[in-house]
Amino acid sequence: MNEPMLFLPLIALLPLAGFLLNGLFGSRLPKALVSTIALLFPLLSFALVARAAWMVHAGLALPVAEANAPTWIAVGTFHVGFQFVLDQLTLVMLLVVTGVGFLIHLYSVGYMEHESGYWRFFAYLNLFLFFMTVLVLAGNFLLMFVGWEGVGLASYLLIGFYIDRKSAGDAGIKAFVTNRVGDFGFLIAMFLLIAHFGTLSFSRITAQLSAHPTLTTGAATLICLCLVLGAVGKSAQIPLYVWLPDAMEGPTPVSALIHAATMVTAGVYMIARTHALFDLAPAALTVVAVIGTATAFFAATVAIVQTDIKRVLAYSTISQLGYMFLGCGVGAYSAAVFHLMTHAFFKGLLFLAAGSVIHGLGGEQDIRRMGGLRKTMPVTFWTMTAAVLAISGFFPFAGFFSKDAILAAAFQHGSTGKLLWMVGLVTALMTSFYMFRLWYLTFLGQSRAHSASDGHDHEHHHHAHESPWIMLLPLVLLALLSVCGGWIGIDRFAAFLAPATGMASAAPNAGHTELFLSVLAVLVAALGWFVAHLFFGRRTSAADDAAQRLAPLHRVLEHKYWIDEIYTSLIIRPIQWFARFGLGWLGELTLVRGSVWLLVGVTGLCGELLRRWQSGNLRSYAAWLAIGAAALLIFALAGTLLGMNSLADSIHWAVR
Amino acid sequence: MNTPVPADWYLLLSAALFTLGVIGFLIKRSLITVFMSIELMLNAVNLSFVTFAHEWHAVKGQIFVFFVMMVAAAEAAVGLAIIISIFRVRGTLTVDQIDRMKL
Repeated sequence: MNEPMLFLPLIALLPLAGFLLNGLFGSRLPKALVSTIALLFPLLSFALVARAAWMVHAGLALPVAEANAPTWIAVGTFHVGFQFVLDQLTLVMLLVVTGVGFLIHLYSVGYMEHESGYWRFFAYLNLFLFFMTVLVLAGNFLLMFVGWEGVGLASYLLIGFYIDRKSAGDAGIKAFVTNRVGDFGFLIAMFLLIAHFGTLSFSRITAQLSAHPTLTTGAATLICLCLVLGAVGKSAQIPLYVWLPDAMEGPTPVSALIHAATMVTAGVYMIARTHALFDLAPAALTVVAVIGTATAFFAATVAIVQTDIKRVLAYSTISQLGYMFLGCGVGAYSAAVFHLMTHAFFKGLLFLAAGSVIHGLGGEQDIRRMGGLRKTMPVTFWTMTAAVLAISGFFPFAGFFSKDAILAAAFQHGSTGKLLWMVGLVTALMTSFYMFRLWYLTFLGQSRAHSASDGHDHEHHHHAHESPWIMLLPLVLLALLSVCGGWIGIDRFAAFLAPATGMASAAPNAGHTELFLSVLAVLVAALGWFVAHLFFGRRTSAADDAAQRLAPLHRVLEHKYWIDEIYTSLIIRPIQWFARFGLGWLGELTLVRGSVWLLVGVTGLCGELLRRWQSGNLRSYAAWLAIGAAALLIFALAGTLLGMNSLADSIHWAVR
Repeated sequence: MNTPVPADWYLLLSAALFTLGVIGFLIKRSLITVFMSIELMLNAVNLSFVTFAHEWHAVKGQIFVFFVMMVAAAEAAVGLAIIISIFRVRGTLTVDQIDRMKL
């Protein structure tokens, strides 16, 4: 047995150790030690992943399933273990999660330096890393679900990190509850899988599917739609995306790590992981593609008018996740995962750079009050520029390759694919536009801190300063990745992932179409830049004029299509109403309080009667004692006299 | 002349003494008298023990009486101490007034 030692459980357990150490003792440890613990364990974890990647590169055959995994549930033939499996898809995800995760940890040391609850923040961050690695390493649905729920928990804790802010707590609850809707779908899908396959192991389900596909299309579609519901919740797609913009209440590194780079891509990962099922359900795939495209378009339109730097990025994240869904939906799983990876680089970078800007401006998040930061924050500016170019899809930045791969796959996906491709292309235009809008407003032009509502704000800008090196280092590294991350190319990437995600359905018909699409994409991105330049590059009033002329549209976008309001009145209010009147008055009053009152009444009545016995009067006690003794005697005597009652006999015997 | 007193008589005396003790316990109001009634009941039982021990030539019964006497002595010491402290605090030994289960 020369089984390769990959220490798969350790990859997940190391961050857990960091969480336990910081979570239990962090409040009493010096800050430097907290940082060391928080950085060391993810770094070790990343080192293990890198080692595994190197071994794979050196010829280790994947997938590697961990031998002798402890059993979790064993009922009859149904068996679930704590099984970790490493395959190509997991390896890519692990590299992203632990690599980008570590960089963001490093950044956080600088960003969170002056925050209270420093140790708490890093404990949660390590906890998140633990659950995320469990999610991607899991060899079966149930273990994946553990990670799935765990990252939700960590996300909830970190969104609500600023415990003195009510809005933060509300946002955390919103994220958690919205995800519950999706989790419901995931759970139903698991039950259906158990019913159909009798197992939850990915590999066994895939094996059964390929050996004798007994699963009907209807059943596969049902299972897949339930899975899609779960993915939609976690990856913030229509109609469950509403939690992600609010999740920006959390500290910016959290937005970068959880709500941009890793957790929200779990839905995409899940679809890619279960692609064997989805391949049997074309209808479900179409649903995925349509949801993804619609979300990409919709979120991009909202992002155009947002003024909070983090909200722009949040809607941009939703939009990019839509692209990934589109990729999955047209069967180009590897392209989706490719975009997932590059997106983790540039969106993580965008958030970190935004955090650097916010940090440098002392908490200012409104891009209307920024501007002119190019001089004061050069490193942030240049790294952000790389990220903006990457997300807009300029050659040769990372986003170009991955977005191009998805759009190309959509284009080749029949007639509906053409339509999706069109929408995707328009979305790319808008993406480029709103990213450059952000870029111009933040970094170029004159500082607009003075034009703020009152004169005190200008102090911010005087103190605008570049961030410390510990924050800049991750920016620079991620900027390098944003530039180079795509150079591996979709073909090689897809070939590498093929054993895990299957080959893309449509082989790239080489040459002209591909090239034409690429050039078109870059042209569209350049057009977006050009429009943004017209509006925001030269004079800011042009944008205001346009907003004036398109006032109704602008209002709709500014209010995000009133989706939150619609949800509130259509779903939340009725539920609250039902809870208050249906459950609160009827259920609570009759069932809960009624039964409690009954219990209290009966007990009270008994007590009232028995209380009189306990008078404290010695002679009454003595009298009762005497009466009792007399009664016993008479009873025993009666038994002796009659001699026929068995009960009396036994008492008689006992007395004698 | 030498005919022993029959055991029945002893038992009847024991029963009479015990009944007197019970009645005293129930009707007397002074704590001291109640206490004495308890002693009376104990001794009534002692008498029946001795009677049976003698009747059946079993020495165990007589040994048991010693135990009872010993316990009664201890009980008397403790009981009298309690009575004295009650009297100090409450200024009365009327049973009906000592009904609060505390000093």
